[in-house]
Amino acid sequence: MQDIRILTAGDSAILLEFGNEISPDINRRITNLVQLMKEQHVEGVVDVIPAFCSLLVSYDPRIITYEEIKTRMEQLLRVDTASEENEKRVIEIPVCYGGEYGPDMDTVAKHANMTPKEVIALHSSKDYLIYMLGFLPGFSYLGGLDERLHTPRLANPRIKISAGSVGIGGSQTGIYPLDSPGGWQLIGMTPVKTYDPDREVPILFEAGDYIRFVPVDEAEYDRIKELVERNEYECTVHKGGA
Amino acid sequence: MGIRILKPGMLTTVQDLGRTGYQSQGFGVTGVMDIRSFKIANLLLDNPENEPVLEATFIGPKLEFTSETIIAITGADMQPTINKKPAPMYTAIYMHKGDILQLNSARSGSRTYIAFSSYLDIPVVMGSRSTNCRSHIGGFKGRKLKEEDYIGFRIKRRYLPYFLSRQVEGDIFEEEKVTLRVVMGPQDDHFTKQGIETFLNEEYMVTADFDRMGCRLEGPFIAYKDTADIISDGITFGSVQVPSHGKPIILLADRQTTGGYAKIATVASVDIPKLVQAKTDYKVHFQAISVQEAQRLLLEEIKEMDELRKLIHKPCKEVLDSRLVAKRVSTLFE
Repeated sequence: MQDIRILTAGDSAILLEFGNEISPDINRRITNLVQLMKEQHVEGVVDVIPAFCSLLVSYDPRIITYEEIKTRMEQLLRVDTASEENEKRVIEIPVCYGGEYGPDMDTVAKHANMTPKEVIALHSSKDYLIYMLGFLPGFSYLGGLDERLHTPRLANPRIKISAGSVGIGGSQTGIYPLDSPGGWQLIGMTPVKTYDPDREVPILFEAGDYIRFVPVDEAEYDRIKELVERNEYECTVHKGGA
Repeated sequence: MGIRILKPGMLTTVQDLGRTGYQSQGFGVTGVMDIRSFKIANLLLDNPENEPVLEATFIGPKLEFTSETIIAITGADMQPTINKKPAPMYTAIYMHKGDILQLNSARSGSRTYIAFSSYLDIPVVMGSRSTNCRSHIGGFKGRKLKEEDYIGFRIKRRYLPYFLSRQVEGDIFEEEKVTLRVVMGPQDDHFTKQGIETFLNEEYMVTADFDRMGCRLEGPFIAYKDTADIISDGITFGSVQVPSHGKPIILLADRQTTGGYAKIATVASVDIPKLVQAKTDYKVHFQAISVQEAQRLLLEEIKEMDELRKLIHKPCKEVLDSRLVAKRVSTLFE
């Protein structure tokens, strides 16, 4: 824990800084700490914001003072969670690639010097770690996009990108959780609502989970969409190993 | 049984203390901008601490009451009138069916709060009734109020004991110039010694870029060491971020959960109301205090609220003044 800095963020929050780089190891330490905080229930903690290499802990100073929360977090940081492999959760997200679902597929394929088919195969070939959620409810910052698929953002951002759009922006890939302006290259669309405020679990995933994109054809897309509309669709989730 | 919006005002939304617990999933807290005024409004009516209110911005709404209830108005002075007669602020007011409450432009302060003893009938979404305009959820249909909207009440009128005692001294908002006490960090080490000195000694000005999300200030360039960019991390209410243009932006109720600019300091919770009640062109000074001091101030304010609560639960000594009683009771019979 010697490399972790505990910084003040006003009178109701502290920031734990785990180094200054984006790496799966650091991210796992943060995920494990959040898990540990949940298990041990730290009295007075109001909310947490895990990010790439930091954790913001909001607390109620009526219940716990700055010194107390700092000491408590230092104790938790001494618990060795590094060896603990928390059960890995991989969530399958069905995606219909290309065509009207992914209007920028050709741009991305051309940029990568590949056929759209190869882009789809590559994009859906691995599990992406969710480093953090932010920007919009449920917007996931995913790590691990194959370098060959890195594509610059659109010079002219779109005014409206539909919820469910799957895109590539620079070295990142992700899903738009709700209609929003944006400059990512759109390569596909998922019928799954990654965010639904009326659902018991409004957002499907948490930082530390993995996303696996599964290519589906139009017919399958429509079938899933219908199930989603009826609240009858559940994403396949793989737990444990890969 | 409720209120009809005859005129919505500039930006009137339903807010409570906000939607906490979902920030790890990118969900902003939202909630009231001025927590102090919000608390006093609910306190005057013995409402639960987190009961939603209407928050009006700069120009207030015009409301028609379709049933009787008791309300309290706090925060900015929008020169409220009831049926065109001036209405008191920081006071429990009895509203009849058919009464028209009109709020006008804010004379002092920027944001006004109206609490209702009959509780606004707003569904709870993810633990809160606050409006999140960006994500279109919570509050009234996930948006600011419009003409002809109708918000019902959850209960009929409640009996409030010591009705005549239910008034407290109104807050007076500083004019032209506010001093904000700040706790330095978390990324004050990204700035040069000179930069920190500039931040703490120079004068900044509130620009027109001032909404529920944040307040941009204009003023001398705050020098940073290598870069003002950081790897995105969590933001809190009152975070003062300084992008590479060197001017502070203070993040408020509708802030995003994370951001990629270094945060030089965080405004003390007790001073956030001073900022959100400020207006364009107001001067801002920053003063560094310790985190312990900021927490002491916060606990002091909570004690002050407890005192106010006691004060309004005592028989009113002016009850002996028949003229005053007549003035306040008369509205009950009108």
